[in-house]
Amino acid sequence: MITLTHYLVLSGILFSIGLVGVMKRKNLLMLFFSTEILLNAVNVGFAAVSKYYGDLSGQMFAFFIIAVAASEVAVGLGLLVLWYKKTGSTDLDSIQMMKG
Amino acid sequence: MFEAIAFYTFSILTIIMFGIVVFTKNALYAMSALAGGMIFISGFFFLLGAEFLGVVQIIVYSGAIMAIYAFGMMFFDTTRDVKENIHSKKVLYALSIISAVLIVIILSAPIYSANIESLYPVGISQNYSENPGNVQDVGIVLFIKYLVPFELAAIMLLVAMISGIVLVSKRMEMNLTEEDNHEEKGEII
Repeated sequence: MITLTHYLVLSGILFSIGLVGVMKRKNLLMLFFSTEILLNAVNVGFAAVSKYYGDLSGQMFAFFIIAVAASEVAVGLGLLVLWYKKTGSTDLDSIQMMKG
Repeated sequence: MFEAIAFYTFSILTIIMFGIVVFTKNALYAMSALAGGMIFISGFFFLLGAEFLGVVQIIVYSGAIMAIYAFGMMFFDTTRDVKENIHSKKVLYALSIISAVLIVIILSAPIYSANIESLYPVGISQNYSENPGNVQDVGIVLFIKYLVPFELAAIMLLVAMISGIVLVSKRMEMNLTEEDNHEEKGEII
């Protein structure tokens, strides 16, 4: 029998994988991939809560998260391409103009 | 029984795929593994009775977002291994383990404490439709209760699309590697 806790633990595991990626990666493209993992983990959690409480709000939030993810990718990748054209690097350490 | 088998199969596959994304050195492998993981995630949505969400997940994530990444990666050199210099590994892993435990606690705490009353119950479409289902439910809640956020999301997507086009198309006539082989290009023209 699969309960809500199973899904929430899975969601937490996926979220922590994404979190490890966000902290470990230094390449900006890989950072975007890790962000997608984080958003997907949250979506699984929302869908599970929606099922086990019999409430559709969770699915609605998952839809809006997907919309936000799509626009985030479009803008983020546009900025990344622009940065690569300017500096020839997608490394996070190359963006240090605001370093104090 | 089948639900348990499907759940564990999908969860193991998803964790493996996302682990590849996080730990591989090749950008192409990471992208392919991410696309696979997205499709396995949609399996959970079908298991949870959210068919429309599963279909949207496949179309938007594995279709649109992965296509954007694939086109975006044409601008970068993906054959090279990704070089990363990490300063302190111990702090990083300790931080991630602590945050993972924290997240599990946060997620599982409300189960034992609250009796949540559902605002928009599943099966709301029985009052409106002759053959109710998940898609009908989603449509009714989305277009009645969440109409304004839906329109705002549409505007946000439009703005994101325009900004993506404007950002990338700037100086599009200039070659990316023009600085490197200036002479060769001059000869061709």
